[in-house]
Amino acid sequence: MVKQKIEARDGAKAVAEAMRQIDPDVVAAYPITPQTEVVQTFSTFVADGRVGTEFVAVESEHAAMSACVGASSAGGRVMTATAANGLALMWEVLYIAASMRLPIVMTCVNRALSGPLNIHCDHSDSMGARDAGWVHLFAESPQEAYDNTIQAVRIAEHLDLRLPVMSMQDGFITGHGVERIELLPDDAVQSFVGPFQATHSILAIDHPLTMGAWDFYNYYFEHKRQQSDAISRALPIIEAVGQEYGQLTGRSYGLFDTLGMEDAEMAIVVLSSTAGTARSVVRQAREKGLKIGLVKPRVFRPFPHAQFVELLGKCRAVAVMDRSISFGAMDGAGPLFLELAAALFAHNRCDIQMVDYIFGLGGRDIVPGHVEQVVQDLQTIVRTGDRGALVRYLGLRE
Amino acid sequence: MSEQLLTWKEVCPGGTVTEPGSSAAYHTGTWRSTRPVHDPEQCTHCMICWVYCPDMAILVEDGRWKEFDYDHCKGCGICADVCPVNIKKAHSVTGQMGKVIQMVSEY
Repeated sequence: MVKQKIEARDGAKAVAEAMRQIDPDVVAAYPITPQTEVVQTFSTFVADGRVGTEFVAVESEHAAMSACVGASSAGGRVMTATAANGLALMWEVLYIAASMRLPIVMTCVNRALSGPLNIHCDHSDSMGARDAGWVHLFAESPQEAYDNTIQAVRIAEHLDLRLPVMSMQDGFITGHGVERIELLPDDAVQSFVGPFQATHSILAIDHPLTMGAWDFYNYYFEHKRQQSDAISRALPIIEAVGQEYGQLTGRSYGLFDTLGMEDAEMAIVVLSSTAGTARSVVRQAREKGLKIGLVKPRVFRPFPHAQFVELLGKCRAVAVMDRSISFGAMDGAGPLFLELAAALFAHNRCDIQMVDYIFGLGGRDIVPGHVEQVVQDLQTIVRTGDRGALVRYLGLRE
Repeated sequence: MSEQLLTWKEVCPGGTVTEPGSSAAYHTGTWRSTRPVHDPEQCTHCMICWVYCPDMAILVEDGRWKEFDYDHCKGCGICADVCPVNIKKAHSVTGQMGKVIQMVSEY
């Protein structure tokens, strides 16, 4: 374990610090609240000569990801950051980056997609891009955001994976929330991420190649099947990198962060910063003798279905908390619920009564009182055996 | 294309083609519905058709027009359009008056 420095950072500046220590070859980015501080801070590092990064200030997020694709194809380590409508604007290029197997690392500071226009936290942005082929990691705190950024580089660039990684943190809540974080020394980050190994370079004129080529209907399907196989191999890589990071820092990372799941008959499943709120409520409930647990997934893509279902082991009732709606999905459910419901079905656990709580859209506050209501509801479901409404809402004026 | 098609495990990851110049193996000439024909005796070898061909499907040798690459000529007709030479006698292939390069139906 290496000696770390304790400093105060908000999530955005924590990521910028990680990026400084990684010192990527290229960062092409466009500002958007609540990510702006990530690239704004990073660009001061560039201006001050503290990194060797080629910083490309582009005209839009579509251009940002396009420039990242170009730079990555040229054989460079490439990073960027965005949020909300910025992510939406680069949507087509996300698919291209993943299908071209480019190990780009991007921070997405989760913010609500318009409309109406809203700059505050919800997960509609990254959830809207869940099919693009990127690995999705979620951070609960500035510390996790910092740690995930460093690990994301190793995950993306792993020679058995070579896929882009999107690293999420809650807009404003984590992004602008200052916390005590432990920072690695620069050389420790450099040695953890290692030098970039280019598998292909469009600039290598001695090995001419074509990237971003055309596929007829007789080959596209095979390429997509191969891409699907590639992302399916990410979980063990994420775990291995997380273990190695734990040896370096004392903070080990896996696929989940859990509390009380060993004996839990009820569970709350929630991503990102709200897990902190939920954890305090679950802890109090457990102290009162309630057999309830908390599951905070760290990885959303690929979806760790087998491990998830195993974690829910003895549970009779589960409450998923979704910070986005998949419009038109059954009963207006959210993506985390939908994925987990499919996993329960696939693993023959339809005995578990599972409900979905939509919360926090557009930065609507979520407080312990809301989670206490969820705990009450779970107990009612277990007691009566009646699941009740499939999709519910927390903090909504109904 | 009649080559053995690769399975999903065999295709190049990320669609990256590592063999340079491989597009020549695909005969875009099969897409043609008209083809250009040339009268070598009346050609002035001005090279204008060669300059304008978008597919590099006109082959030249020693500063003289040599042949069409019919494997890759898509029959766009630009060469026939830009040819500046009005022939003095009937075209050796079509028997018509007009330019040194003329378009005929592929079928």
